[in-house]
Amino acid sequence: MKHMTEEELIAYREGVAEQRAPISEHLAACSDCRAELERIEAVLAALDTLPVPDPGADYGRQVWKEIAPRLPETPGRWWQTWLEPRRLAAAGAIMALIIAAFVAGRFTNRGGQGDSIASKERVRERVLVVAVGEHLGHSERMLVELSNAAPNDPKQKEVNISAEQRRAEDLLQENRLYRQTALEDGDTGLASVLDELERVLLDVAHSPDEVTPAQLEAIQKKIEARGILFKVRVVNKELQQRQETTTPAPAPSDSAKRERNKV
Amino acid sequence: MPQSVESTQAIAESDAIAVERTLAGDRDAYRVLVERHSHIVFRLAYRMTGNRHDAEEVVQEAFLRGYQKLGQFAARSNFGTWVYRIAANYAIDRLRQRQKEEARREVRRTEETDGMENDPLHRVKDEAPTPERLTQSIELRKQIEQALAALSDAERTAFVMRHWEGCGIEEIAAVLKSSSNATKNTVFRAVQKLRQALEPFVESKAQARAMGTES
Repeated sequence: MKHMTEEELIAYREGVAEQRAPISEHLAACSDCRAELERIEAVLAALDTLPVPDPGADYGRQVWKEIAPRLPETPGRWWQTWLEPRRLAAAGAIMALIIAAFVAGRFTNRGGQGDSIASKERVRERVLVVAVGEHLGHSERMLVELSNAAPNDPKQKEVNISAEQRRAEDLLQENRLYRQTALEDGDTGLASVLDELERVLLDVAHSPDEVTPAQLEAIQKKIEARGILFKVRVVNKELQQRQETTTPAPAPSDSAKRERNKV
Repeated sequence: MPQSVESTQAIAESDAIAVERTLAGDRDAYRVLVERHSHIVFRLAYRMTGNRHDAEEVVQEAFLRGYQKLGQFAARSNFGTWVYRIAANYAIDRLRQRQKEEARREVRRTEETDGMENDPLHRVKDEAPTPERLTQSIELRKQIEQALAALSDAERTAFVMRHWEGCGIEEIAAVLKSSSNATKNTVFRAVQKLRQALEPFVESKAQARAMGTES
């Protein structure tokens, strides 16, 4: 009779086994494996005797008392991070784009009412196209750098990714703004890619400053598995094409949005 | 964090309202969240750090960071799970920091005790505890604490969250920023290491049966 491995028995005991039934059946018939499982359970039972001190019924109140004076006036909102000096430059660039687009919209296409509405929509779309294109370019560069990061020395135990982490934090704020705008515009394809990008940026932003080579590899595999770099490149290219075709004037076609929605 | 489906849902809904009110500027609403989730976060923090002082620091920091990042809190998650994850991440940072500090202290100790190998007092300290002493629960507890401390950050996190906190593999994988399969392996490695360290001091039912001491 082939016995269960230690790994299978631990997975069974901890409730993470792929298939429980075959192990249960084997255990019912095999006293050796039952004894092995009992030895594992004895160790786990001993671990369960380790007490956790009771912090007391009013512990929640104590925690509040400790942290309340250290809380800022209002909780962090996504837009507050824009006020941080290092992000003001990015915010300024976007504002400049919006103003430029507004001015361009005011002094061009003074046609009928219908034309004016269409023109405003075109301007809005152009602003989004340019700004999102830049954002995707920055995100792509950060992800490529992170994907290519490796320890300088094979013996190195930790790799510092704090620079990528900070960039991911910055990009995260912009990404949220563009995703919401894309959603409002009904551009679900773009919103969906930005949503996926947001998850990857979140992962990177929440990573520790220093990661082990194994953790770095896990992050890189995650980026690769999601195919996010490919999606970002495809959408960015499509946006560039749109920018070229929409710059002179023709109204944004719904078909373009529909096409991208398929990405 | 095993709870009944109904109570989990009710708490999540009530938490969602408190989050909304906090974001609208009502600080007392955040107090409700802190008071509601402090115990559960403390339990996790204590099991991960192994001492009360660090655990309390982790709890406070988790709620502070939660408040600062509340605008990023997505409705797709529930606040309890979210702040729990922040605490787990911060506890990992604390463990790493502590390991670095201990490594530095160890270097200093080695330098100070260099050449003391022949000191009889030094030799006594290194001797393994006798079986009699180990039967006392206080000794076993010391062994358990040492075995847990010898785990890597990821192993300890995976073991605490899976074995004691009953978290799902996906939830643990999210904290460890790892895949489900890798997380399952980490749980296995943790239990295997703990077993190797503690089995000599623990009597199993099979042994008890063989010795006729099972109650």
